[in-house]
Amino acid sequence: MNDRLKTATPAKGVDLQENKPMNQSWRLLDPVLLKPAVVESFRKLSPQAQFRNPVMFVVWVGSVLTTVLGIHALGGEGEAGAGFILGIAAWLWFTVLFANFAEALAEGRGKAQAAALRGSRRNVVAKKLSDASRDGKVTVLDSASLRRGDIVLVEAGDTVPADAEVLEGVASVDESAITGESAPVIRESGGDFSAITGGTRVLSDWLIARVTANPGEAFLDRMIAMVEGAKRKKTPNEIALTILLVALTLVFLLATATLLPFSMYSVSAAGAGSPVSVTVLVALLVCLIPTTIGGLLSAIGVAGMSRMMQANVIATSGRAVEAAGDVDVLLLDKTGTITLGNRQASAFLPAPGVSGGELADVAQLASLADETPEGRSIVVLAKTRFALRGRELHDAQFVHFTAQTRMSGVDIGARQVRKGAAEAVRAHVLAQGGQWPQAVVELVEQVARRGGTPLVVADGNLVMGVVELKDIVKGGIKERFAELRQMGIKTVMITGDNRLTAAAIAAEAGVDDFLAEARPEDKLKLIRDYQAEGRLVAMTGDGTNDAPALAQADVAVAMNSGTQAAKEAGNMVDLDSNPTKLIEIVETGKQMLMTRGALTTFSVANDVAKYFAIIPAAFAVTYPQLAALNVMGLNSPASAILSAVIFNALIIVFLIPLALKGVAYRAMAAGALLRRNLLVYGLGGLLVPFVGIKLIDMVLGGLGLA
Amino acid sequence: MNQSAVVQTGLYLLVLLTLAWPLGRYLAALMSGGLAQRLGWMGKVDRGLMKLIGANGEEDMPWWRYAAAIVLFNLAGLLAVYLLQRLQLSLPFNPAGMPNVEAASAFNTAVSFVTNTNWQGYVGEATMSYLTQMLALTVQNFLSAATGIAVVVALVRGFARKHAQGLGNAWLDLSRATVWLLLPLASLFAVFLVGQGVIQNFSPYVEAQLVEPVSYQVAKTDEAGKPLVDAQGAAVMETVTVRTQTLAMGPVASQEAIKLLGTNGGGFFNANSAHPYENPTGASNFLQMLSILLIPAALCFMFGRMVGDVRQGVVVLASMTLIFVAMVAVVVWAESHANPLLVQLGMDAGLGNMEGKETRFGIVASSLFAVITTAASCGAVNTMHDSLMPLAGGVTTWLMQLGEVVFGGVGSGLYGMLLFAMLAVFLAGLMIGRTPEYLGKKIESFEMKMVSIAILITPLLVLGGTAVAVLLPQALTSLWNPGAHGFSEALYAFSSAANNNGSAFAGLSANTPYYNLALGLAMWFGRFGVLIPVLAIAGSLARKPRLAVSVGTMPTHGPLFVVLLVGTVLIVGALTYIPALALGPVVDHLQLFAGQGG
Repeated sequence: MNDRLKTATPAKGVDLQENKPMNQSWRLLDPVLLKPAVVESFRKLSPQAQFRNPVMFVVWVGSVLTTVLGIHALGGEGEAGAGFILGIAAWLWFTVLFANFAEALAEGRGKAQAAALRGSRRNVVAKKLSDASRDGKVTVLDSASLRRGDIVLVEAGDTVPADAEVLEGVASVDESAITGESAPVIRESGGDFSAITGGTRVLSDWLIARVTANPGEAFLDRMIAMVEGAKRKKTPNEIALTILLVALTLVFLLATATLLPFSMYSVSAAGAGSPVSVTVLVALLVCLIPTTIGGLLSAIGVAGMSRMMQANVIATSGRAVEAAGDVDVLLLDKTGTITLGNRQASAFLPAPGVSGGELADVAQLASLADETPEGRSIVVLAKTRFALRGRELHDAQFVHFTAQTRMSGVDIGARQVRKGAAEAVRAHVLAQGGQWPQAVVELVEQVARRGGTPLVVADGNLVMGVVELKDIVKGGIKERFAELRQMGIKTVMITGDNRLTAAAIAAEAGVDDFLAEARPEDKLKLIRDYQAEGRLVAMTGDGTNDAPALAQADVAVAMNSGTQAAKEAGNMVDLDSNPTKLIEIVETGKQMLMTRGALTTFSVANDVAKYFAIIPAAFAVTYPQLAALNVMGLNSPASAILSAVIFNALIIVFLIPLALKGVAYRAMAAGALLRRNLLVYGLGGLLVPFVGIKLIDMVLGGLGLA
Repeated sequence: MNQSAVVQTGLYLLVLLTLAWPLGRYLAALMSGGLAQRLGWMGKVDRGLMKLIGANGEEDMPWWRYAAAIVLFNLAGLLAVYLLQRLQLSLPFNPAGMPNVEAASAFNTAVSFVTNTNWQGYVGEATMSYLTQMLALTVQNFLSAATGIAVVVALVRGFARKHAQGLGNAWLDLSRATVWLLLPLASLFAVFLVGQGVIQNFSPYVEAQLVEPVSYQVAKTDEAGKPLVDAQGAAVMETVTVRTQTLAMGPVASQEAIKLLGTNGGGFFNANSAHPYENPTGASNFLQMLSILLIPAALCFMFGRMVGDVRQGVVVLASMTLIFVAMVAVVVWAESHANPLLVQLGMDAGLGNMEGKETRFGIVASSLFAVITTAASCGAVNTMHDSLMPLAGGVTTWLMQLGEVVFGGVGSGLYGMLLFAMLAVFLAGLMIGRTPEYLGKKIESFEMKMVSIAILITPLLVLGGTAVAVLLPQALTSLWNPGAHGFSEALYAFSSAANNNGSAFAGLSANTPYYNLALGLAMWFGRFGVLIPVLAIAGSLARKPRLAVSVGTMPTHGPLFVVLLVGTVLIVGALTYIPALALGPVVDHLQLFAGQGG
């Protein structure tokens, strides 16, 4: 796992930790990725590539201009020394290269991850069927030539050639290539387990399936397109930010361009010096325009996508990832998200005259052969509470649960041990001539009121007591919800349980609200209601009947194990089918926006220091009094300007790790978060360049370069 | 800052905010239509007026209809003011027989008064007939202020409404702002001014005998107007003795009141509020200063009430006040120091910089007035800004360059500030990891586009205009002062025009074809280049849903947002204008105190 996931999800027992991304982790500056990134940075110097990014395009034009001026100056009649102009030109080129490098590196990482994800699905042999039956004619072809709607046969040992929906057959499928989960899963036609993913392998039996996506349209392919800068569509916030950056660039273009006439006037008015040189103006312009964010903007977007991929989430658009940051209501299914999948025994409540140990003993006896998770949990609870171990039983005949008897247990000779629903056990006991004590009735009610399921245990005609089964809330989830609340995100639990049960679990898990006895249409209505209040809703789902709600939700994460309909309706697919991951998705979305905001603020705040470096230097000859503004005490005008340009280029390199990793996300209220980030990136951005430029100036002075 | 300055500024703000609060409540009730519903007769007057001008006051206008109405209304105003000036000799109420105004000047003045700039390239008492002053200039003083109010109200409705197409009715908004706000306030204030000694008459100019004849020397000129020189090259001087003075008369008080209340600033006389017939006493001066910022401040409260959260308005007002107080401190500090060159010549340094100031106001009241008039886009002056110390002059220039958002013009100040709020929210919103939102409205690419246009247009006009002015030979002749101070004069003129302030640094002959035309265009685009994007934003916002507020929403009602908003305004203003200011006021200041300029 990469560093971010570790910090974002500290060990809390939430099963996020269980993710085993199959794609290996890529260290930030992996040497394997560095070399191609360097090559790519030069390739991106072409004007077409630069034109996509208006801010960097201005730098590119400036680099070309100063280079020409420098070459001209070599002839000895330039506007300034050739060394100075070419020095500026070189650092302007570095600025462009560094920005290219950041983008190339982010793309390289994304592509490496995508390639690993895709690896298994290349050049697979597909068995195309002429019609949807086993008797159909089989054509063997390359998976790349499959089209949506084609029918394929996948037999034991075959790799699934494309994303498809099972029409016929039942098979066990190894999805570890995608999910990292080694246990095979059952896929069958109809219902919620009918989707198969390209690249997974059928272990037993066979399936006939209809291909649901053309090659290149599958989720993975869409994701890969999003980490390739040139094809990446800008997200809405990115577009808005780009507009702002262009506007800032225009402001600075105006401020620097008008300096030329201003300085010409000043020269004639002061009768001293010469007008400011074009080189200095270009240097000033490049330092002022938001190159830091402009150069890293694309890398941030690509890195966001690639973080999603590292979390094994495939988003259909960058827009969806960004929207995740805006979500303020999370709809979470109870089972699997908030609670572990099954109910478990949590307490032994003995009837009057029976000890807890006796009840546990009998309950364990009744459950020894019960292989259901509930049954096993009773055995385990008896062991942990009363140190009762499983034992050898002679002459025992196990009675399995049936829908008719609604009881299970064991017959040991004539002794009948049973456990089951209260009504069933009551009938059983009364039929045997036993008593149905009032105390047990009350216990049963108590448990039901708490949201648990009561199981009554009887030994012959004697009622021993009640075993309380209840939903086990996942460890750490409550803290997770508390964090979400701090972030201003409301959690709503969706469950088919009755209100009583739902309320009890909701209280225990610490969700803000719940929807009990929820039908799919209730879910849809709930989403619409929240949206009408002006909230953005995120949810997870896997069943076909979730599809309308998924389509309505602003951020909809479909489980990979879910149906094709659910996946089509959602805007993200979680390959691990882990509903808790929604929380992580929200964090990633926020982190992407925060990184952009932080770097924009930093970039703009930097400009103050650059003015203090360049303005006195540019007008040193005309108005020597302006030296009063040289608060950093820089060596010489040339050194001051060069230092500012070098700082401006180097800061991009220093911030590449931040752009790729993202600004550390903390769960706190918006106000506190803003205060923190303003202090770090606003105030920091104001101060850092003063120090940086001074240091570079000292180094330049030390080297005798300026 | 000395004690007197603290007391005067404190008292001023106290009275201002105390009066702005109830006025803000009144404005909210008035502009939301709630008042007309409660008072039947008011509704009747409104409907009657709509009938009179043939407008359908019921129509809920989409933003482009609203914008079209505003622009057409102002174009009509432009034409009317232009024609009245051009034909004044043939029209009544012209006892001094003022000739028709020359075309370029008339154009400049018409744009100037329509855009609430009130830049005056002309000398009022020597150019305009009483009819022009009253019917053209004073009327536009009302209507341009009403325009500002209508536009800001439309923007506020954009925030307040959800899933709405319309922004209200432009005609009704204009009429309500004029009839129920500006007219009553101006009438009241005019009466007070008359009580203080401001004149209000239609008399011809008075020829008064001086108690003491004044003699002074002037350079003798030849027929071409060139100064004559003697054999040594020194100018030939002659002595002139003056025994009489012409006292200009006119309906001053009625124009004076709205000049300040509407942040117009166009004086009846050339000397503006320094003239004893416009601003005779300390009391009239205090109330004039008060009336400049009264409506802009009240609009902040109105904004808070109309969006359903008064704190939002308070935050905006607090941000404005904070910047204002800081600027007052700098100006008073700068003005308390005498010009070192004059001190070298033996002048008493104790008084501070009294050059260009009226003795009846003194340093503090003059400095305060200078900051108020440039903070608001008023432009009335009671002191000569050209004579301010370089730093103080720089501050007043910068206040205008900030976009006139520190209180700013009536309406335009608030809508300008709200543009900056959207910009601040955009940066901050990203920093907390959410799509930026302000008052429950998402700020997306369309809004950013419009905000960018609105924020770009004035620097383009200011810097572009100044750049041309310091290159063009015919424009350069207008500068009276050489060097950095001359540059400051041109910069100030374009800053003033493009931001619709209208005050002049003086020291610049602005009544030339170049300046009349260039500044006229700067004023027009500085006004409508911002106003139209603002209405477009309002239209887009009104269509959006209003998002619910949660802990995850960035709070825009606390001190943190004040800091953010102030920071955004100052940083944007600084980054845009630092180079220009460095070459003007900053160099001027450094040279002056290094003892080699002025």
